[in-house]
Amino acid sequence: MKFLCVDCDTRMEFAERAVPGDGTFAAAFRCPACGRTIALLANPMETRLVESLGVQIGGRTLDEQPLELVRSTLVGRDDAFVEAEPAGEPARAVQWSGEALDRLARVPNFVRGMVKRIYADYAREQGIATITPEVMDRARSDLGLEEM
Amino acid sequence: MKFRTYHEVTGSDASAIGPQVGRQQQRIEERLARVGRLVGVMSGKGGVGKTYVTAGLALAFGERGLRVGVLDADLAAPTVARVLGGSGPVAVDEEGVHPATGRGGVRVFSTDLLLEEGAPLRWHEPDTARFVWRGTLEAGALREFLSDVVWGDLDLLLIDLPPGTDRLQDLAELAPGVAGVVAVTIPSEESRRAVSRAMRAAREAGLALLGVVENMSGYACPGCGTRTSLFPGDAGDTLAAEFGVPLVARIPFTPTGCPTLPVGDLAGLSHLLHPGAP
Repeated sequence: MKFLCVDCDTRMEFAERAVPGDGTFAAAFRCPACGRTIALLANPMETRLVESLGVQIGGRTLDEQPLELVRSTLVGRDDAFVEAEPAGEPARAVQWSGEALDRLARVPNFVRGMVKRIYADYAREQGIATITPEVMDRARSDLGLEEM
Repeated sequence: MKFRTYHEVTGSDASAIGPQVGRQQQRIEERLARVGRLVGVMSGKGGVGKTYVTAGLALAFGERGLRVGVLDADLAAPTVARVLGGSGPVAVDEEGVHPATGRGGVRVFSTDLLLEEGAPLRWHEPDTARFVWRGTLEAGALREFLSDVVWGDLDLLLIDLPPGTDRLQDLAELAPGVAGVVAVTIPSEESRRAVSRAMRAAREAGLALLGVVENMSGYACPGCGTRTSLFPGDAGDTLAAEFGVPLVARIPFTPTGCPTLPVGDLAGLSHLLHPGAP
């Protein structure tokens, strides 16, 4: 999929994505010549169709997680997975605010372990000491996470 | 309005969907590089004991000292993990998701390890037009079971395919190194017709036909050992002749409830690992 700025006859570049959490998806593309920005807005059906391929519009910013598609789409049992601690040096601890933990608690158990690790890794990479709902929103947007 | 079209606009697209799909395929190849041989077990219809045969083959090869894994591709009616005694939860680490270990050390992965007891296969999805992506999701799940499960070093990975032909093309495309498929039938004419269609579909999908297993090939009395006919017909022999493949095994029905296939009776076992071997 390419976007062309017809006036400039120039291929537009991916700018950012937004995942509002309502099952839809948005991605912005900008013309490097004139600066015009357009947004691709996908409805829930289109969003799910793309997700079911295990790919991300705008490119993948996060390595594919083990059974990512299955864990984020299958209605599974709460205790299906046991997350092992990563080998090697213990990772720097990241704090979770109460609100962030409340929000994490609303994520189905089936996928919660994977989601928690993704947010923690994001916080470490960004040098963030405490994960708050705002950090979670930013991570979702930056990483293109739907329903996480 | 005049404007250039996709191929006229140079440069890769920002989403790089092609490379993303390519990376998925690469992950499968990396994972399966440690698997000696990948064999699908198929049938044209349900109720012929395909899962029983898959489990029996896994245990029989395991008894011969081979490292065996079983991937349950029957996502909606998963049973092989239970038959083999594998249970969850499953561990996840940086390597991937670790399979359950069943009887005889057989490594097994199945949606049965992931679904609530008695719950049907169900996906989080918008309420309308589910048919649009359900098939894609199921193919995606099979892809992830191949690429993300830590199968480790295996001599043989058996894929327990669902009845019918739905997953044959997926298997051929996702795992181009697959050695082929074994078809399971019962002796009846009805089974022969259904399995024949499925074998033809497998061949059209580019999958090699490794052999036929005739299951419920008579009834073996547990008391006296006498073997009597259970179904009329000779589907195993007929299919083997029709497709020019060996009849790998003829397995009698035994009311034991568990797949303790008699290794000695599976004359064609080695053929599955090394076609051309006696």
